Amino acid sequence: MSITREVRTHIRRSPYQAMAAMLTMFLTFLVGGVFFLATMASVMVLGYFEGKPQVTIFLTAKAGLTEAEHLKTKLEATGKVAGTHFVSKEDALAIYRQQNQNDPLLLEMVTADILPASLEVSATDPQFLSEIAGIIEGAEGVDEVVYQRDVVDSLLAWTNAIRWVGGTLALLLVLDSLLIIGTVIAMKIALKRDEIEILTLVGASPWTIRAPFIIEGGFYGFTGAGVASIILGGVVAYLRPYLFSFLGSIPTFQGFLVSVTSATFLISVAVFLAGNMLIGFCLGALGSSIALRRYLK
Amino acid sequence: MITFNNVSKYYPGKIPGLIDVTVEIPAGEFMFLIGPSGSGKTTFLRLLIRDLLLSKGTITVDNEDISNYTGKNIHLLRRKVGIVFQDFKLLLDRTVFENIAMVLEILGKPEADIEQGVMNVLELVGLGDKRNFFPLQLSAGEMQRTSIARAIVGGPKILLADEPTGNLDPETAWGIIEIFKEVNDLGTTVIIASHNADIVNKMKKRTLTIHHGSIVRDEAKGHYHLDRHGKIAGKAGKHDVNH
Repeated sequence: MSITREVRTHIRRSPYQAMAAMLTMFLTFLVGGVFFLATMASVMVLGYFEGKPQVTIFLTAKAGLTEAEHLKTKLEATGKVAGTHFVSKEDALAIYRQQNQNDPLLLEMVTADILPASLEVSATDPQFLSEIAGIIEGAEGVDEVVYQRDVVDSLLAWTNAIRWVGGTLALLLVLDSLLIIGTVIAMKIALKRDEIEILTLVGASPWTIRAPFIIEGGFYGFTGAGVASIILGGVVAYLRPYLFSFLGSIPTFQGFLVSVTSATFLISVAVFLAGNMLIGFCLGALGSSIALRRYLK
Repeated sequence: MITFNNVSKYYPGKIPGLIDVTVEIPAGEFMFLIGPSGSGKTTFLRLLIRDLLLSKGTITVDNEDISNYTGKNIHLLRRKVGIVFQDFKLLLDRTVFENIAMVLEILGKPEADIEQGVMNVLELVGLGDKRNFFPLQLSAGEMQRTSIARAIVGGPKILLADEPTGNLDPETAWGIIEIFKEVNDLGTTVIIASHNADIVNKMKKRTLTIHHGSIVRDEAKGHYHLDRHGKIAGKAGKHDVNH
């Protein structure tokens, strides 16, 4: 007995229920996918900032290596500094050029003079940061101090919020999908009760009877997840230039966002698509299995 | 060989379906089950395909205790036992061919074998020219023939029929019985639950009379002992196993 033919017949005979099931799966994976991508992005951004020096001290336009050396000596004298790195105006220009290499417009008119030199400092322990801050704030030639901890804390708060909201929403949608698929399959079991009875009496194995329903549920999940993933992939590809301007400076994103034809982008989209379709299939099959367990003794 | 050994079946509420039935049915037998409505004929047949669970006793088919079959492998028993119903139980959205082919598809037969197998049984039941008809385009007799074809296409060792002529006119009913005879001639054990006195009396085959769940007669060349009110005629309670 051809399972695929059976599944095709099931879907053809009740197209509205099939559409409802696929649409629910589509929405689940669309919303779940958005939150998944947002969480992944925020985790990567978080990782990037966590790996950066804990304090970046931007010097005034007139200050340079002398002021930086002076500050460095004072900081190292505390014994609470793990390392320092001086970034000159020329180094800053090189970094700026590298970050904006794909946007020549941003490179025009920018010279080393207008970029500040900076001193990057890492503490031996984050708890010493407040003590170090006291020394920095009183030092000569300091224009602005950026504490990565502030950025990291803020990002962490956002990431956690995204995880909680996304996770809860995704869980509710998964539950909704299971219920919808279960209900659709239960209706189909009821519609095909005579056929199931006959199949049972003529010697069909339990798997022969159940398989079309399980595959049908899996198909709804597979299709819904596939369409949602393709749309999300398309949206990311469409927004790539904007995303690149925000996140392009983070190495993890560079390979991914540099071009829609880059290997990293294509592989990532393919893995995302395949993974979602597999999860969708399993979710749909699970919904069907629950219905079969409940309504097909 | 089918053996019922002290078989009892009680429905919920202790309502008896069969009571302490012991009977042996050799391979290749043609046998009628008769008795008034509610006597236990259908229970007898349903126990044989394990559509019902026994309350007591054992049933063996080919020396195999059918209570060993569970939900997971019960289909293996049902592939040995074909069944025909009074109400045909055909799928109305499938053609005659598809209704019959379904059994061979379940068995995983290749397409060529399915085509050949279905055409063979369609010829046997005289429906060779109706393969593409849907059940609602057939007469009652043709539907029953289709149902028989479906029951035998997998080559079962046993063929059960529950009131197969109940909805048919006498002439058509005889046509159906002829098919059962042909199937029996090929070596299949045939057990028919029937109310048709004319057929039972003229066929002169082994007849088991069931009344209130018990076998009251077992005759090698049986007669239909029920009167027009469905009561056992003559001396009930006699076990006349002369075959």
